[in-house]
Amino acid sequence: MESKIAVAVDDLTVAYNYKPVLWDIDLSIPEGVLMAIVGPNGAGKSTLIKSILGIIDPIAGSVAIYGKPYVKQRDKVAYVPQKGSVDWDFPTTALDVVMMGTYGSLGWIKRPGAKEKKRSLEALEKVGMLAFKNRQISQLSGGQQQRIFLARALVQNAAIYFMDEPFQGVDATTEIAIINILKELRKAGKTVIVVHHDLQTVPEYFDWVTFLNVKHIATGPVKDIFNDDNLTKTYGINYKVAVQQ
Amino acid sequence: MDITQYFTDYTLRTITLGTAVLGAICGMLGSFAVLRKQSLLGDAISHAALPGIAVAFLITGAKDSNVLLLGALVSGLIGVFWIRGITTKTHLKTDTALGLILSLFFGFGMLLLTYIQKQPNANQAGLDKYLFGQAATLVESDVLLMVTVTGISLLVMLLFWKEFKLLLFDKNYAMTLGFNTKFIDGLISFFIVLAIVIGLQTVGVVLMSAMLLAPAAAARQWTNRLSTMVILAAIFGAFSGVFGTAISASQNNLSTGPVIVLVAAVFVIVSFLFSPERGIIFKQIRLIKNRRDLQLKKTLYFMYDIVRDHDDISRPHAIRILNSFQGFTKKTLSKLEEKNWITIQGQNWSMTADGFETAANLYNNNIPES
Repeated sequence: MESKIAVAVDDLTVAYNYKPVLWDIDLSIPEGVLMAIVGPNGAGKSTLIKSILGIIDPIAGSVAIYGKPYVKQRDKVAYVPQKGSVDWDFPTTALDVVMMGTYGSLGWIKRPGAKEKKRSLEALEKVGMLAFKNRQISQLSGGQQQRIFLARALVQNAAIYFMDEPFQGVDATTEIAIINILKELRKAGKTVIVVHHDLQTVPEYFDWVTFLNVKHIATGPVKDIFNDDNLTKTYGINYKVAVQQ
Repeated sequence: MDITQYFTDYTLRTITLGTAVLGAICGMLGSFAVLRKQSLLGDAISHAALPGIAVAFLITGAKDSNVLLLGALVSGLIGVFWIRGITTKTHLKTDTALGLILSLFFGFGMLLLTYIQKQPNANQAGLDKYLFGQAATLVESDVLLMVTVTGISLLVMLLFWKEFKLLLFDKNYAMTLGFNTKFIDGLISFFIVLAIVIGLQTVGVVLMSAMLLAPAAAARQWTNRLSTMVILAAIFGAFSGVFGTAISASQNNLSTGPVIVLVAAVFVIVSFLFSPERGIIFKQIRLIKNRRDLQLKKTLYFMYDIVRDHDDISRPHAIRILNSFQGFTKKTLSKLEEKNWITIQGQNWSMTADGFETAANLYNNNIPES
């Protein structure tokens, strides 16, 4: 199972205004895992994903997707940004947003056609949002907006999925729906990397975990490394009470 | 001036065509500015164009409008680059950068204009028309330029429609898909600058941003589709140009630019008041209706609470037991009956199957309302 390395990060360092946000990160993520990235606020979790995806320029270091630079492997990667990163009052519909997932494979100028529409509708169905396809996106609830973003990434039909806090501000129904889709993706052999905040659900949802707090603390199977020692190293306080069930 | 003269007068026809085309291109590109949350960028650019006009005149010594507009284009673009530079390289926010560039360039432009006016050379008179615009000076070649620029920007917009939409909605995502966002961003900015520059002669530096924003803001009220918004904004802009020109032509000495802007403002006011979905008036009406509706549903739910303790949902209950519940009136009862949710027999009411189902699903958000 751990034969291929899907994502390899080497000496990655990122800084905003002189202050390092990520410091010398080395990270290997094997193919086919469902991995959580955990760490306190300001630990650089989102920044790590954004630098892997080339949205943020790192000061130093490199990233390889299946052994090649990201720019050559875009079609293998899908991204679900934080829900709050866009203006949901934008004049467009749910289906239209999902169709944006097909733009990458279309390339410049070419417009999406019937094939792209069909794929987008299928993705909408998968996240349980088909009934809302013509809804203006501002009229969707937070959970529904998150599902739309997930559907947009599903349309990309990638090998690796990066998700930035997909469970933020969604209700229990949506959370379960999303995690089921993520588990399905893993079953299909995809690699799913999720910035996650709720430590309680890590053992239940994920099989791998990365501890991050500016520096890389640990990466490995949840059953091996999700322990009090690593939690204390990451959060600075004793989390034993919080995670024992 | 009577109406036949309006259509036969060559000058007036030229001006009308010019302002219509100008309104259309500004509305079209203004939609992008508004959706990029860069409404004030237009204002900064138009003010930043002023020193370019002055410098172009100082270099060439001629008042050829094409040359002056080229100067305006160059200095407008420099303004945009500086605004970008300030926001990316310093801690200053965009609004501060816009304000700085606007006043700096405008101040410098005014300085140059006063200097030019002091020159002992008769040629300089009339440069100040670029401050407030003077549609009357539009000639055929100016209009031709406007039509050409509009055609090109329409072509570019249609070509890169998908990319523009993606960038406007989610720039980071566009980046991960492999689109060169700097290029798309630059393209949009370039055409916005172009639209502003060709409008300076007609509307002027000071009011130009209104041409960009007013039609777009009005159009946003009527639609939830980007394509419809852009088309509507172009139509609103064109009509503002035509009406504005007509009004200023029929009243002596009314300067055209400000009238066009005022007409555009009327479009905005009407849209903000009367658009069915986002307009203030219909929103208020909906609010009142929703409150009444909620009151009704509250009563229905109260009835549902009583009914569901019994096996037979249509079992009659005395109206009197509702009295303790606030908000119940004869009117609400008859309204409920009207909706077929309950039936009334004498002093008793009983719930229908329809009413029972409505009440049961009242607080279920997962079923989309048609």
